[in-house]
Amino acid sequence: MMSVTGAIGRRVGAVLDLAALNTHQSADIISTVEFNYSGDLLATGDKGGRVVIFQREQESKNRPLSRGEYNVYSTFQSHEPEFDYLKSLEIEEKINKIRWLPQQNAAHFLLSTNDKTIKLWKISERDKRAEGYNLKDEDGRLRDPFRITSLRVPVLMPMDLMVEASPRRIFANAHTYHINSISVNSDHETYLSADDLRINLWHLEITDRSFNIVDIKPANMEELTEVITAAECHPHQCNVFVYSSSKGTIRLCDMRAAALCDRHSKFFEEPEDPSSRSFFSEIISSISDVKFSHSGRYMMTRDYLSVKVWDLNMENRPVETYQVHEYLRSKLCSLYENDCIFDKFECCWNGSDSAIMTGSYNNFFRMFDRNTRRDITLEASRENSKPRAILKPRKVCTGGKRKKDEISVDSLDFNKKILHTAWHPKENVIAVAATNNLYIFQDKIN
Amino acid sequence: MSACILVFVSTVLGCHYVVRLLPLWLAGHRDRSRPAMFSKGTKRKFSDGEDEMPDDGLAGAKVASSAYSLQRQSLLDMSLIKLQLCHMLVEPNLCRSVLIANTVRQIQEEMTHDGSWQVVSDSLGVEGSPSERLVATEVLCRSPSPSSTLSEQELERDTEPRLYSLVSYDDSSCREEEVVAEVIEDDNEALCSEAASNVCLSGTMSHCWEPGELRVQQNNDDICEDSRLGSGDEDVDVEEEDEDEEEEQEMSQKESKTMGQVFGTFEIKNGSSGSESALEELFSDVDASYYDLDTMLTGMQSTPKIGPYDLLDNLGPSHGPTSIGSTANCRSDLNELDHIMEIIVGS
Repeated sequence: MMSVTGAIGRRVGAVLDLAALNTHQSADIISTVEFNYSGDLLATGDKGGRVVIFQREQESKNRPLSRGEYNVYSTFQSHEPEFDYLKSLEIEEKINKIRWLPQQNAAHFLLSTNDKTIKLWKISERDKRAEGYNLKDEDGRLRDPFRITSLRVPVLMPMDLMVEASPRRIFANAHTYHINSISVNSDHETYLSADDLRINLWHLEITDRSFNIVDIKPANMEELTEVITAAECHPHQCNVFVYSSSKGTIRLCDMRAAALCDRHSKFFEEPEDPSSRSFFSEIISSISDVKFSHSGRYMMTRDYLSVKVWDLNMENRPVETYQVHEYLRSKLCSLYENDCIFDKFECCWNGSDSAIMTGSYNNFFRMFDRNTRRDITLEASRENSKPRAILKPRKVCTGGKRKKDEISVDSLDFNKKILHTAWHPKENVIAVAATNNLYIFQDKIN
Repeated sequence: MSACILVFVSTVLGCHYVVRLLPLWLAGHRDRSRPAMFSKGTKRKFSDGEDEMPDDGLAGAKVASSAYSLQRQSLLDMSLIKLQLCHMLVEPNLCRSVLIANTVRQIQEEMTHDGSWQVVSDSLGVEGSPSERLVATEVLCRSPSPSSTLSEQELERDTEPRLYSLVSYDDSSCREEEVVAEVIEDDNEALCSEAASNVCLSGTMSHCWEPGELRVQQNNDDICEDSRLGSGDEDVDVEEEDEDEEEEQEMSQKESKTMGQVFGTFEIKNGSSGSESALEELFSDVDASYYDLDTMLTGMQSTPKIGPYDLLDNLGPSHGPTSIGSTANCRSDLNELDHIMEIIVGS
């Protein structure tokens, strides 16, 4: 098989780590997955507003097989449901996105957002406790001052590791519409947040104001035909960011050009193929995710049926296009009826930008090797994967005779969709969110 | 909730909905250059001598043409139902609404070019006064130019049609809802700016400033002050600057009411002048959009209004005699749907 994705596809499944509880409640549906910069921490957000952080176990000589298992590190409630009294609408607590900040000291920081509010969380460890206070007993009761006859210096004693999460900043009231993206800038001081019609630039230290840098709201809302679907900062150039739209276009903006980036610097759009035009063409061209490559030279966009890789220097068409589930093209009408056509799939790069991954239906996810142009389809399910078992490639049969082990298009379960995936920044470790289960796959150690 | 309703509705519409797509001959179709509008399997074939088709081919072409029209019709119906159901949700997804609305517009555009839109609009205007009929026509085929008059708009049929309204089209109620909803937005902004974080919502002032100006959202007192009086939405600022265009904008407001209603939860444009702000603030806690929805769903409407199911009735069988019987069945099912909606909405 292929080199990079073969590493994942053929030899993967060394560790199947089901860390999330499978309780079949909608509040447990995972809504975002994100590795931190080192890959040691993996954060997930769910529909109930909770954030669960997993930490990779350190390699130890004693237990070589447990290298790199991810275990729960911290759990906290990030957002609570709110009620907008004026509009009589509930504001969902579902976590839409989590983004880590680069680590600067012993603590870890991440941004989490729901539809309206972004929060900066500090996750810190405490493994020492001071003992021997003068003014209070060990159980916390205040000592009678008259009883204190001598002074002592408190001593730090080791204790069980405690991980605390505390909200350090709350960035609220800046978005009228639903926030769909947040992205930390490469200057590590600012970040952007995007909703359906506007993009705001924040400073991490300042919560009471933000700069609006993109506004596509028309003067007359009835003329609205296009919304912002995703936005991201360039990984190296702190003045550059991109945002994608529901019409399948990507705009790259340079913040040095103007304070208001309504006019793009670059406009990426692939001309439509007239032979495949249908009433659903616009819907399936709507971009659900945009991600820069780690190198900063390319970016990847996900629309309903395909993943496209763009060279930032070429605006008129993508340099690579990968079909994720082309067999769905003839089913668009049914998918429109059951609303699956509006599903927003995400995509991700591997650490070296040589492979990309995205999700599909029936708990399938797909990986593409950009060098060898080969691809693989895998399934994230309990039945088909045992711990340390190798994942078997899956195939969807599009017509005619169905071979053994193939699954026909009509048997696909469209309720089992993999919208969120993440790839470790350095190693071949992937995290796949299937509804309310989190699957972590790794390269097998030889 | 929405999932099971959609299933129910699609069953109702099942009489129109054909999954298998047939190859098409569209005799008499004016625009040859436009490709097939459905997914693969429906490649349209045109013979150059379409006017000289043989008789047997003509019959086959008509059948295929009506099949395509039926499919297109059912897609249109489905989309409209989806848009209406948007109002039922807690907070509708703007992206989804925009995509569905664009699809509907696309279908309407094609139907207008086909000439089949003429049939639809004619059948609509049967009830009610002639003025209501004119309004309905406008809704279907709106001229993009806001300055044209009513009669001109009726004549400009070849222009791009707007999304037509499934909701009742009473002028006064629409107006009131406009005003009220706009006030809601302003008050929302006002409250938010008084919040601890002291942020003026989004680009409220954006259109007042020159493009190059930095847009800083903070508690800028002198500017926010004006906005808090109830006419602060940036569109209203624009409106105040173009006072003379207000009349034409009023007309364009009425025409494309559904777009406003689709996106109505978010922000309503074009309010009244500042002098009525006190009155608006009194009604600030009233959201009339839900009342309109209620009346639509429960079918309790005065005669001139066109109910949603009346429209569906008229649309469905317009292409042929086949579905008249099924319309009656659909009607009773729709009444059932009415009842269910009543319960859910809690009217």
